[in-house]
Amino acid sequence: MGTLLQQIANGLIFGGLIAMVALGYTMVYGIIQLINFAHGEIFMTGAFGGLAVYSWVLPPAAQQIWYVALPAMLVGGAIVSVVVALLMERFAYRPLRNAPRLAPLITALGVSVFLQELVRIFFPGASSAVPFPNAFITAPLHIGSITIPASGLLMLIVSVVLSIVLETYVNGSRMGRAMRATAQDPDTARLMGINPDRVIVLTFAIGAVLAGVGGVLYGTYIHNVDPYIGFQNGLFAFAAAVLGGIGSIRGAVIGAFVIGLIKNLADIYLPGGTAYDYVWIFILLIAVLVFRPQGLFGEAERVRA
Amino acid sequence: MSTPVLQARDVSMVFGGLTALKNVSLNLDEGKIVGLIGPNGAGKTTFFNCLTGLYTPTTGQVLLKGAVLPGDPAEVTAAGVARTFQNIRLFPSMTVLENVLLGRHVRMRQGPLASLFHGPSFRRGEAAARDRARELLAFVGLGKVEDELSRNLPYGDQRRLEIARALATDPAVLLLDEPTAGMNPQETEAARQLIFRIRDLGISVVVIEHDTKFIFTLCDQVSVLVQGELLVEGTPDVVRGDPRVVEAYLGKPPEEVEAELQAVQEGETP
Repeated sequence: MGTLLQQIANGLIFGGLIAMVALGYTMVYGIIQLINFAHGEIFMTGAFGGLAVYSWVLPPAAQQIWYVALPAMLVGGAIVSVVVALLMERFAYRPLRNAPRLAPLITALGVSVFLQELVRIFFPGASSAVPFPNAFITAPLHIGSITIPASGLLMLIVSVVLSIVLETYVNGSRMGRAMRATAQDPDTARLMGINPDRVIVLTFAIGAVLAGVGGVLYGTYIHNVDPYIGFQNGLFAFAAAVLGGIGSIRGAVIGAFVIGLIKNLADIYLPGGTAYDYVWIFILLIAVLVFRPQGLFGEAERVRA
Repeated sequence: MSTPVLQARDVSMVFGGLTALKNVSLNLDEGKIVGLIGPNGAGKTTFFNCLTGLYTPTTGQVLLKGAVLPGDPAEVTAAGVARTFQNIRLFPSMTVLENVLLGRHVRMRQGPLASLFHGPSFRRGEAAARDRARELLAFVGLGKVEDELSRNLPYGDQRRLEIARALATDPAVLLLDEPTAGMNPQETEAARQLIFRIRDLGISVVVIEHDTKFIFTLCDQVSVLVQGELLVEGTPDVVRGDPRVVEAYLGKPPEEVEAELQAVQEGETP
């Protein structure tokens, strides 16, 4: 029983992390129907951005005070991620806006490798895993029989709060409505006075803030980062977005928690253990897609008049 | 006479080798309803697209209150021209109220932080926009369905919702592309009354229609477009009696054609 609860807690924490990355996939897809395979690298650059702020910006005294250091790292990581995402949108994707869909997809893969290598070559020490500072309360929390790292709990809480804020923003604000309108019918949206470029930039920026914050929290939780964390976690996040119904915000979050739980429960309870957790996740994904190709919360594609 | 609120001067539109519009001019005076009729493929919708910035005319220009219309549809909307579509183009997965709120987009201001944290000014602005949207829904007669998804509305209501959404942009000029297509006589009559009430708000209206009887009893001025060229313009009486219209567009005496068109349209009503 203790193990089960512990694995559920770990699964929720991991799900929270994946949700922050999955939201970027799902939102960008919703607006421009692009699977941005380089989104995992936005997460990765956010983690390194936070690390850079800690190592080179914060004075040693401030490094010791978590409520100074961590917010600074989160803001720094988010800014780095946003800058990377906006450059990516402007120079890699925008020129291909009207190209066949395959072109931006291949470009995304190229951008992904480019960013991995950029960080590996130019970030000091990043040719192997770099230790990530303990920028948060280090004492774990004991709740009944289970033990949760404080940084894990923080990751879960931040993820849920940001998801709720995002959902409210998209449903109840002027630009949020503009985003949904652009996703449904960009031409008509333009006739409502909505500038699609602005909506696309905003979408990339929001996705990047979430990924950057996720990257810094991931580093704080796992204690080391390398240039390939974006690929691995990006893959889980992409699977979460597809599972939940790509284009749906709520779907991405729920998909992420399902994947987090499956992964951690499979580690203990399913044959193969940790070596096979990917297998179980993708078996579930395939099963869902067979019976519900639009994902759990996605809308079935309708033929437009 | 004062300057027309919307003025098209010698607008031509060429696609490749095809001339869709040739030197079409139109003057819309404030508070008037102008009708645009013509056979299928005459270039009516192309002309509308030129008036809303979707197309940039190959030659000629469009002036709104004396100023050249911007080349971008988003800016045209902000400048005060709104339209509806021949094929309804609502946002199907959004609610009726949200569709109208999207029409308010160009008239709302919300700071990025305010939208995240919902401060008092954000709430006031949102509430004002919602009130205005509800007012417009009541105005077009859709008071009770604001939370329905727009795709679930009956056809005639979708047309009215499109009009409410267009009105939400606070337009000086409203362009209606076949507002009564597929409507039964009662709905058509309601649409006529609605257009009169819109005119009474001080909004100038241009209407494209196939239903000539509808146009002749609605409009102050009528322009007839045939094969991309302006054939005749004038008051309904002048246009109705013009032999060139009878010949080129109607082909038969107007009463017979009206009866026929009426019959065809009723047959098409879904």
